[in-house]
Amino acid sequence: MSAEVVTRVNLVGGDAQTAIVSLRDVRRDYALGAERVHALQGVSVDVDRGDYVAIVGPSGSGKSTLLNLIGVIDQPTSGTVAIAGRRVDAMSDRESTQFRLRNIGFVFQRFYLLPILSALENVALPMAEAKVAKGARIERAAELLKYVGLGNRQRHRPSELSGGEQQRVAIARALANGPMLLLADEPTGELDAKTGTEIIALFQRLNADGTTIVVVTHDEDLASAARRKVHMRDGRVVES
Amino acid sequence: MLLDMVMLATGMRESFRELLLSRGFEIRLAPKGTLPFDTDATIPGVRAIIATLRTNPDIREISPVLGASIHALAGNRDVSGSVLGIDPRVQGDYELLSGNDVAGPNFIVANDHLLSQLGAHVGDTLTVAIGYDPQTRTYSGQRKLIVTGRVKFIYGANDQSSAAVRRETLEAMGGQTRDRASLFMIRVRKGADAENVRDWIEKQIPNVTAISIATAIKQVDERLSYFRQLALILGAVSLFVGFLLVTTLVTVSVNERAGEIAVMRAIGVSRSHVVEQIVIEGVAISLAGAVLGLALGLVTARYLNTILSAFPGLPMAIDFFLFQPRAAWSALGLLIASGIGAGVYPAWRAASLPIAESLRREAIA
Repeated sequence: MSAEVVTRVNLVGGDAQTAIVSLRDVRRDYALGAERVHALQGVSVDVDRGDYVAIVGPSGSGKSTLLNLIGVIDQPTSGTVAIAGRRVDAMSDRESTQFRLRNIGFVFQRFYLLPILSALENVALPMAEAKVAKGARIERAAELLKYVGLGNRQRHRPSELSGGEQQRVAIARALANGPMLLLADEPTGELDAKTGTEIIALFQRLNADGTTIVVVTHDEDLASAARRKVHMRDGRVVES
Repeated sequence: MLLDMVMLATGMRESFRELLLSRGFEIRLAPKGTLPFDTDATIPGVRAIIATLRTNPDIREISPVLGASIHALAGNRDVSGSVLGIDPRVQGDYELLSGNDVAGPNFIVANDHLLSQLGAHVGDTLTVAIGYDPQTRTYSGQRKLIVTGRVKFIYGANDQSSAAVRRETLEAMGGQTRDRASLFMIRVRKGADAENVRDWIEKQIPNVTAISIATAIKQVDERLSYFRQLALILGAVSLFVGFLLVTTLVTVSVNERAGEIAVMRAIGVSRSHVVEQIVIEGVAISLAGAVLGLALGLVTARYLNTILSAFPGLPMAIDFFLFQPRAAWSALGLLIASGIGAGVYPAWRAASLPIAESLRREAIA
């Protein structure tokens, strides 16, 4: 199979110039004891601005590895990763941390909110890291909580919120610094069906409002809500 | 324990210094080669020595003291004790608790221990002898003295029967050649250098050893080096154990929150902030321990001090564990430094976590 299986999502109006994410012939190998695991084997993917992409496939197919590379929290063994035209595959830790802070929002399966902080403080955290003035970050955090439907839960601690509410707070936190890209890894994985549906609706609304989203999921409903699916198997893109 | 050890390391020294300085006498003169009341040796020529000392304008007050053993008799009771012959105008050995000082040659003041042993009170007349011959069962140097006051001897032990009379009275009772003293206590003029005065005295009066507070503290330091070493070792051990405990607690906490830390790093929190947060956590644990430890340490110190201070022969005013704000700050400083140190390793581990790998492990877990 050619290494150049280029997947373009959001074909309507999509072209190389509008690609916000561009991976070319990306490989990622891990050492597992004495063995070498080939998690990604020559993946090329483009995601255009405004896309909503679901990466699907069986466990161990390389979905999360691909998401980690797009999110600049991992580096490829070979190949190139560019976000908004900027090579991110060989950034130093300091550069990649700043890049993530300003440009990428993450949502995880387990929410990972800081338990000692209120919902508002959790959302404001990335803005504090980005040195946004206190008044401005509190104001924006409140707006974001309102956007995700938690305007009345700002002062609540994570332990006082349901799973769905915690995930909404995590989504608001991911949007704090106005990222160009929102990445989500199994965002409905720990939620019941009803709450999962609410999160799916929230992602659709975010995308409709212009947010570019890449989501890794086993959830058929979530994948179906995306504009495009990227199917992976054994570290390769098999269908898009 | 760290606070206790810091208090123990400095307590006796400071307590002794405060004791020596309590009446403002910076220099003591003892017979050559001895410490005050170390032997029965006395210094002859008190008047001549005083005259010599008065030639130095830096010397403000001179208090000659003569010490001896006594037998105090009241009714059929015979109590052994010690007596000081002093000049009441400049004495620095006792505080008057009630009654009057020894205004005349036939008066005596005594501490509560002696009075209770004798069943005597202020106003009673005691027969006081300076010697006793067990073969002939006779007392020597007997004299009837009226108790004029209750006193507390500053350098005396709790369980010691002590009294004071005028120096001339004691000399007369002892039949000794007059004009002798066991000790001189000297106050120097404000602003004068006590060490210079001490050097001057030793040059001028060759048959005395002049001991300044600094010299005395040095000698005490030498004698108490065992306590300091013990305190140092136990303090270091407690600090090390605390350090290991905090390191373990923070490391366990970091391991449990590996996923949370990885997510914080993923959303853009810098390594330096992760390190800062975890070091603060270590310091916070240390500070919480310090607050609890301070209270416990003070209670323990008080208890131990009561036991140790009851050792026979120790001056009442000596404390083994002396609370000093400086000691508390030192202990706190060491704990904070230890907390920072304890947080460094787990912080370094946390900051070095590979983000993707940590998230993968969390997902599997």
